[in-house]
Parts: sequence; structure tokens; C-alpha cells
Amino acid sequence: MTHAAELPAWAAILTSLFLLLGAALTLIGSLGLLRLESFYDRIHAPTLGTTLGIGSVLIASMLFFSVLQTRPVVHEVLITVFMVVTTPITLMLLARAALYRDRREGSEEVPHPSPLPPSRSMPKSNSIIPP
Amino acid sequence: MSVALLSGSILLAQVFLSLAMACAAFRILCGPRAQDRVLALDTLYVNAATLLLVFGIRTGSTLYFEAALVIALLGFVATAALAKFLMRGEVIE
Repeated sequence: MTHAAELPAWAAILTSLFLLLGAALTLIGSLGLLRLESFYDRIHAPTLGTTLGIGSVLIASMLFFSVLQTRPVVHEVLITVFMVVTTPITLMLLARAALYRDRREGSEEVPHPSPLPPSRSMPKSNSIIPP
Repeated sequence: MSVALLSGSILLAQVFLSLAMACAAFRILCGPRAQDRVLALDTLYVNAATLLLVFGIRTGSTLYFEAALVIALLGFVATAALAKFLMRGEVIE
């Protein structure tokens, strides 16, 4: 930790605050993954760590390196943008896959698919196809 | 004083993130179904990326940043492919 000796006090306090906030939020999200009852409850918990948890740690890293090198260091924004874009996609894919599997097994816990609206049902055969 | 504060909070953050990774690893080992394991693997990827960023602050080198970026990229691809596998039974059809 010798490289941080010339860090001013306000930067050290802010970096520590954001680090602890991010780590604690990630821990809360993972505890939710461990403790919640069903899969559809559990899929909500780790998003706390993937958005606000890693976001706080990235803010701490940006602040630390910007103050230490006396120039703006913003390449951490890459990870932030990537996480914010990809986390909803992956978890929605996973939730739909789990729903499909549960419905295929005939599970009673998930709602059944809604029936097709009447306009999309098969048309009367005598109006389109000639006999 | 700032060095002591920073090293203490970095140590505490590393302990928190290790506990979070342990929770995700436990869910991988005894998740009841396959989708629980995939979700826990995704969480483990993100926690590992966060822990690497904390390592980067601790050592003061930006080398760990690239590793965290690669882990985030691989986690997205792996989770998307595994979700496809759970739904269809194969990844590329």
C-alpha cells in the first residue's frame, strides 16, 4: 500500500466508502441467492451485486486512480456500460428458459400460457380453401 | 492515516466479496435444479470481477482491470449459451 501514501484524506475516505458500499451490496445479493425460496425469487437477488455493487467498486477505482495519477481515468466506464447492458439480457434469457422447462414438466407453480386470441386461431376452412 | 483507512476497508471489502463468492459456490454445489446452478455461476463471475477490481486498487496497477473486463465478457457469453442449452438441449443448431 505504499503507492497510496500521497493520496489526500478526502479521496481515501470516499474510496473506502464506495468500496465498502459495493462489497456489502454484493454480499447482500449473494445472501439473497443463498436464502430465498424459489428460483423466480432467487433470480432477482444477484442483480443487486451486478448493478450497484460493481458500480460502486468501479466508482471507487475511478476516483482512486484519477486522484493518484492526477488525470481523469475513465476506462472503468467500459465495464459499467457492459454490465448494465448485458445483465438484463442474460437474466431474462435464463428466466424464460426456466419458465419453459417448468411448463414442459407440467409444474403447478408457474402460470400456464395464455390461450391464443381468437383472431390468431385457425380460420374457417370453407372461406379460404375451395373444396 | 489515509493508508491505514484504505487498507482496512480494502481488507473488509475482500472479506465481504469472498463470502459472497462462497454463497454463490454453495448454490452451485447444491442448487436444486440446473437453472439455479447457471444463475449462481453468473453471480460467481460478477463477484470475481469485483474482487479483481479491489485487487487492482490494492496493488495500484491497472493490469487487473483488463482481467475484470475479460471475466465480464466471458460471463455474459457463458450465461447466454447455458440459457440456450437449458431451453433447447443444444447450443448451436
